[in-house]
Order: sequence, then structure tokens, then C-alpha cells
Amino acid sequence: MEGYQVIHEKSPAFYDNYDRKAEMQHQTHYCPGCGHGIAHKLIAEALTELGLKDRAILVSPVGCSVFAYYYFDVGNVQVAHGRAPAAATALKRSNPDSIVMAYQGDGDLAAIGTAEIIHAANRGENICVFFVNNSVYGMTGGQMAPTTLVGQKSTTSPWGRRAGNEGLPLHVCELLAALETPTYIERVALTDMKNIMKAKKAVKKALQIQKDHGGFSLIELLSPCPTILKMDPVVARKWVSETLAKAFPLGVFRDRKPELPVDAIVPHLTVAEALGVEEDQSNEPVIRRHHHTRDLTVKIAGFGGQGILLMGQLLAEMGLREQMEVSWLPSYGPEMRSGSAHCHVTLSHDRIGTPLISQPEVLIAMNELSLHKFASSVASGGLVLYNGTKLPEGFSAKQARVVCVPVSEIADRLGSAKVANVVMLGALLEETECLPAETAMAVIETMVKNPKMLALDRQAIAAGCDYVDTQIEIGAVSQPDGYSY
Amino acid sequence: MSSQPRGNVIIDPEECKGCGLCVESCPPECLELAPQLSKYGVHPAQYSGEGCTGCGACFYCCPEPGAIVVERLTPPAKAASAIPLPQEVAHEATL
Repeated sequence: MEGYQVIHEKSPAFYDNYDRKAEMQHQTHYCPGCGHGIAHKLIAEALTELGLKDRAILVSPVGCSVFAYYYFDVGNVQVAHGRAPAAATALKRSNPDSIVMAYQGDGDLAAIGTAEIIHAANRGENICVFFVNNSVYGMTGGQMAPTTLVGQKSTTSPWGRRAGNEGLPLHVCELLAALETPTYIERVALTDMKNIMKAKKAVKKALQIQKDHGGFSLIELLSPCPTILKMDPVVARKWVSETLAKAFPLGVFRDRKPELPVDAIVPHLTVAEALGVEEDQSNEPVIRRHHHTRDLTVKIAGFGGQGILLMGQLLAEMGLREQMEVSWLPSYGPEMRSGSAHCHVTLSHDRIGTPLISQPEVLIAMNELSLHKFASSVASGGLVLYNGTKLPEGFSAKQARVVCVPVSEIADRLGSAKVANVVMLGALLEETECLPAETAMAVIETMVKNPKMLALDRQAIAAGCDYVDTQIEIGAVSQPDGYSY
Repeated sequence: MSSQPRGNVIIDPEECKGCGLCVESCPPECLELAPQLSKYGVHPAQYSGEGCTGCGACFYCCPEPGAIVVERLTPPAKAASAIPLPQEVAHEATL
């Protein structure tokens, strides 16, 4: 207006439009009267005032604020339930100049994420945690949270929380203040102008501490959830100040720089020393032997105990030696304890985007089950190396070339079934020419100390190469030219 | 000039969800919920047109990041000054 100047408006740390959905891009998704919007506003203002917006990374939780990344125009990461402090630790340590904030609700931080927050605080990570406590699980419909008050009804405590059965409300600030390492812990309430101004000061102070490399800070913001509390927004806010803030007293629980013992100098080993290999001291430019290597994505599958994961590691290690970018992604889970196992290996001359391979160029199927399970996922024009003398009855993979190499039999003949994977590695190298076979031996020599095994491995590589070179013949596989199309 | 309110508040009815927290929080009680419904089916907050002091309570109590803009009367000395305040520059840049 004429003669007036703007003193409060939307912070530039927010996006102009929130493109979460096609419609209503000017509104947040929060319910009317929700405290999250106020908490967002305070964080955005503090970032702007401290000039930290362009260095900031916000870690969104699971909960109603899962969509915070649609609102904050900063670096954004959204993580699994409760894991924000762990992800924030990684982000901060790998980007020390960034300002990392974990934004979490009470279900996220005080229930499923209890371990993460305690250990991040105990390590004194230089991060800020904004802990929004509304005393219930909001997004999922009002279940009891660790912060639910005694007597408070929720969908999972329909007669009210009973201390004898569900324990007492968890006081996160008090809990963390018992640790030596945190720098700043305060509980504030988003209830009225006075308390919101206190909250603003606390949020800004926490960010300032991080900016000054001051250590770990946590701000707990008591916040109204009118929808779940089934209250009018004004009444919900009153409930927070009159009831919730009684059970969770406001105030500063920690405000001092921790005095930690100065650690002795950490013993330092170079990678070469740790691995027991000789470091290359020459300053000559690395010659990339591109003509010896090629980009390849490989899926190796079989049953646990066949050396599936080890074969992947060998391949990746070989790629490293040839100055390639590599990734190795093992499958974890119950299949690690017998049953099927598989891993993904990428060899590349460029940076690798993801270690996950949905359409491998090469599938190594060490048993029939893996062949049936994964052959259809092989990229068009790809290759399947199958451990067997011929393909199973009725099997066909139209898009890929299938080569049968009976590596288990070959390994048995060599004297140990254990080297079947090495025979297969030899076959792979010969068939795809992705890496030189002598690199494989160089890698194996660093890993295998037993001279007998080493000799066997050498034979195994040679046998695999030789089989592909000379033995693939009529009858070995289903097609007369030695291949199955 | 003395009759002019010290502050002014602009509420975007498109962004307001009608929670009423600003109305409750306003110290001079110059905000109200509009009798008519917005297109979202809520009674959006509105400024009665007089009494605003520019304190900013409504802005901080409002959960929507951009629903409320608060202005304050430019002091005459500063209004006459040729050098605009940094805040004014920033605001004009976004217009």
C-alpha cells in the first residue's frame, strides 16, 4: 500500500509454487491450523536471515511433513522412517560446508528413530534437528505415539494411555540432555506470538551454532494437530499451551559447548598400506587402456555358497585395476543364508548413476533356477552364460544369446568344486572381452595366499577361457552353431 | 497522517484455509473471518480495514507460508529519504 513498507511476507526460502499436484500449488498440504506450517516458516526465515539458504540441506522424514521438500527451496533429501539423523550425519560429513537439518515428527524421531537420534546426539554431530511434537501419529490417523500423554485417547489407546501398560510419555529433550555431547537443546511451543517468537529465536540459534561448527542441536517444537485431536484450531492451540506444555515443560535443557577430550592422533594408514599392496609412487599420468576394456553390466546369480558375490567382487576389483568406474551391489536378505543369491556389477568408463541393474547386458546363471528367474530381464542382444552342458527342456530366451558352459563339471575335473566361479569368470572374460584375463590373475593373487589354491585358480581361469574358445560345439547347447537364440 | 493506521495486513483469500488462528492472535482485534465462503468452502480471514499496528502476530501465527503480508507505515523521515531500505529493494524486485 502507498506509504507502507512490507515487513513480513513469504520467505524466499520457500518455492513460489508447490508443484506437488497440478492444482492448488499455492497452498501447503497441511490441515488448517497445523503447526508444521509455522515451524516451516520459522526455519525458512532463519535460513534467509543467516544467509544459509544456498548451503542448506533439509532431510524430510516420514509423517505429515514428508512433503517438506515441495516447499523449501533448498537441497532436499527424504529418508526412511526415523532415519533422518543418520542421513543427516552422512550428508554433513560428506559436505562439511553444508547446513544440514533433520526435520522430524514425534512418531518418526521418538519411536522408530530412537536409536538414530540418540546416537547422532551422542556423537555430537554438527547438525540441527527440528523435532515437531504433536503427541500423536498424525499422518496415519492418530495412533498412540511415545509422546502421547497419560490418559490421552488415541486410536490405539481408546481408553486413554495407561502408564502401567504403555509407559510414560517420552521426554526427548531431557533424555538427550543427559548426554555429554549435545550443544544446544530447547523445547518451545507454537502456541502464541510470545512462544512463537521464542521458537524463532531457538531455531535461529540452532542454525547459528551449526554455522559456527558448534555441534549438535535439537529444538523440540510442541505443535497443535487439530485434525487428530478433533479440535478447532484455536482450541487445539490452547490445548498445546495448557495441557501438552504442562507435561512437556518448555525451556532450555542444554546450552554449552561440550568439552570433549582431545583425541590422540588417529593412526593413519594409506589404502595401499591397509590392503598390503605396494603403492604406485610414479607421477606418470594414468594410461587408460580403453582398447582392453569395455563397459558392461552383469548380473551374477546362483545359490549361496557358489561364490556368486565373490565373483562379482573379483570383476569389480578387476575393473578398478583397469582404472574403470565400477559398482558391486550384492543382494542382501534371507537369500544370503542359502537359497538364491545374486549381485550386480557395473563396469564403466563414465560415472555410474546407480548400482542397480534392471536390464543386465550379461546374466551369469550358475543354476537352473536363476536362469528361469532372470533370463527374461536380460537386455535385448545380451548374453546369458549358463552353468550346464545344455539348456533345460522347454527353456528359451528370445532376446539374448545363451552360451552353456558346464563350469561345475570343469571345476570338479580340476579338483575342486570351489573354483566353479573362477572358471565362469574365465568364460565371461573370453566371451565378452570386457577385461584382460591377466588382470583377473593379478587380482586373485592379492586375495589368495595359499599357493595350491592359486595354482588351481590359474587353471580355472584358463579352463574357462579355453572352453569358450574351443569346446562350444554341436550338442553342448540347443542350437547347431553352438548358441541358443 | 496521524489518523492513518500504523500497519496494514493483506490476506490472500486463495491461500487462507480459514483456521482462524490469526483472528485469535491479533492484539488489536482487527481481523475477522469473512461471512462469505471462499472457493475452497472456508471462511477466509480478512482485515477489517482499521486498527492494524503492523505487529506481525498474525503472520507468525498463520501456518501458511505466504497467506499473510504485513506492512508498516513508512516513517516520514525514511519515506523522504532517497535511499530505499534493503527490504524495499528486495520487495520491489519480486513484484
